[in-house]
Amino acid sequence: MRRVPPHDRPVEARGLVKLYGDLAAVDNVDLTVEAGDVYGYLGPNGAGKTTSLRMLLGLIRPTAGEARLFGRDPLRLGRRALEGVAGFVEAPQFYPYLTGRKNLELLAAYDGGDARRRIDDVLATVELADRAGDRVGGYSHGMRQRLGIAAALLRSPRLLILDEPQTGLDPAGMRDMRLLVRRLADSGMTVLLSSHLLAEVEDLCNRVGIVDHGTMAYEGTLEELRRTAGTVYRLRTTDDDRAVAICRGRPGIEDVAVSATAGLVFRATDDAAVGELSRALTDADALVLELSPSRATLEDLFFSLTEGDGANGAGPSAERRGAVAEHAA
Amino acid sequence: MRPGVLTVYRWELSKLRFQKRTYLGLGAAAAVPIIFCVAVATQKGGPEDVAFGRYIHDTGLAIPFVLLLFGSIWLFPLITALVAGDIVAAEDHNGTLKTILTRSVERSQVFFAKVLATVTYAIAAIALTGTVAVVAGSIVSGFNALPTLSGTTIQPGRGLVLLGASLLVYLMPILAIASIGLLFSTVFRNSAAAVVGTLMASLLIQLIGILPGLEGLRPYLLSTQFQAWQGLLRQPVDWAPIVRAAWVCALYAVPSLAAAFLVFLRRDVGGG
Repeated sequence: MRRVPPHDRPVEARGLVKLYGDLAAVDNVDLTVEAGDVYGYLGPNGAGKTTSLRMLLGLIRPTAGEARLFGRDPLRLGRRALEGVAGFVEAPQFYPYLTGRKNLELLAAYDGGDARRRIDDVLATVELADRAGDRVGGYSHGMRQRLGIAAALLRSPRLLILDEPQTGLDPAGMRDMRLLVRRLADSGMTVLLSSHLLAEVEDLCNRVGIVDHGTMAYEGTLEELRRTAGTVYRLRTTDDDRAVAICRGRPGIEDVAVSATAGLVFRATDDAAVGELSRALTDADALVLELSPSRATLEDLFFSLTEGDGANGAGPSAERRGAVAEHAA
Repeated sequence: MRPGVLTVYRWELSKLRFQKRTYLGLGAAAAVPIIFCVAVATQKGGPEDVAFGRYIHDTGLAIPFVLLLFGSIWLFPLITALVAGDIVAAEDHNGTLKTILTRSVERSQVFFAKVLATVTYAIAAIALTGTVAVVAGSIVSGFNALPTLSGTTIQPGRGLVLLGASLLVYLMPILAIASIGLLFSTVFRNSAAAVVGTLMASLLIQLIGILPGLEGLRPYLLSTQFQAWQGLLRQPVDWAPIVRAAWVCALYAVPSLAAAFLVFLRRDVGGG
């Protein structure tokens, strides 16, 4: 398999810092998006997602660190670094006194090349063709959001950066947006998508970055994140007290907890340990009534990383893991 | 093919064409001469104490010159500031700066296009006032010979040429005010603050001009340069105030534009 040379990466940010006075909006964020990724950039509101995206696009100057888009620094190279890149940060904004089409004509002119010839296509793609003659001032939030995607597609980008594209959309609008992003990703576009809607990201993305309080709490594939977090099991036996004693201290079995609602839960990083455990339970006469895995959802993982003292580590903290287990069970 | 400054400039003009404030400014530039001419037609007498004031009933050619003198106090600074103070700040307000700065145009191109569009608007406003004033004035007072400031008389055709030249000289302090407006627009990021700030700056400069003890500063004040065109209406032509206006206005305009340019290149584009 060909290894993608680092300078070809759609996004590579190293040590990004943005200070506003004493406040660190972004504090030492590394962000890597590989070609073909649909990258979910996750974090609570105010975690520094938008600020990092602004730095990627060269809209604001990092206090420290640097960003590269396909190996090019937007601060030094200006528009040349944005070749093949399109998207928006926060809500896409347009000239309210111009029609949707006129706005796209303006942006196509600012893109140069044959962008203007794509206007009808992109309007059709986002299903705005019949409203293109209306002034943007009268557009709904969802329509502006779609016009934002249309404006990005005018550039026929290889990398699409979308900042919370589903914000403020109704359920149908969210579904349409998800389908649209899915379609674009399937067509070979690399997508960097920020969101706080975990279910959407879980559905769309292959890689995630989780940012909290300006720092990156996790970056990697969704699979890896799940593996790191392990699988949560629920256990019911004929003698739970003895079962707890057996579970504790066994290699591969972690975060054993007894909760009133879920009963006995623990986390296991590999299946063999679970198999060994069931044998040990039987040998000790604590007969297994139920031993069921429940895969942690992205939401569980997200909370385990962004709350409590798990925020700084690569994996969930022991304290939070217990809560994750309970949640998952 | 990448877009150039000219492309961005054409779209800046389009944006101006679709905005109400452009018509507010140009409307004022056209309406004031008409109102003035209606007053001339219905009233006897006139502003005796300003240059050409006493000739407004004799020839329509005197009317644009009188308007240039009155307009320098706040009318033309306001008309100029209306667009110059808004042209960058409005994009902050609309959040569109980030929209256009993530396309294939450089910040410098956007800035120069905005400067050119502001200049174009200022030229249009001045030309509109001059044209409307001379047409309406001629209807009211006739297209007759004009007495110069040296006491000689010039034919109307020559008067028209000198009016055109005077408008060009008048444009110099207008463009200096436009530059200050652009600076405020870039720094304040708020259209109203930039428009009012520009007007206040213009009024403050005039205030310095009438303070006792500061007479020595007067030749270097922007407000003084609004009278430089009078040199053209002497025989022979007095070039000294015009030459001075050129470099004094440049002293105001160049640092303002340079500062605005540097701020615009480096500033963070937030909000929106």
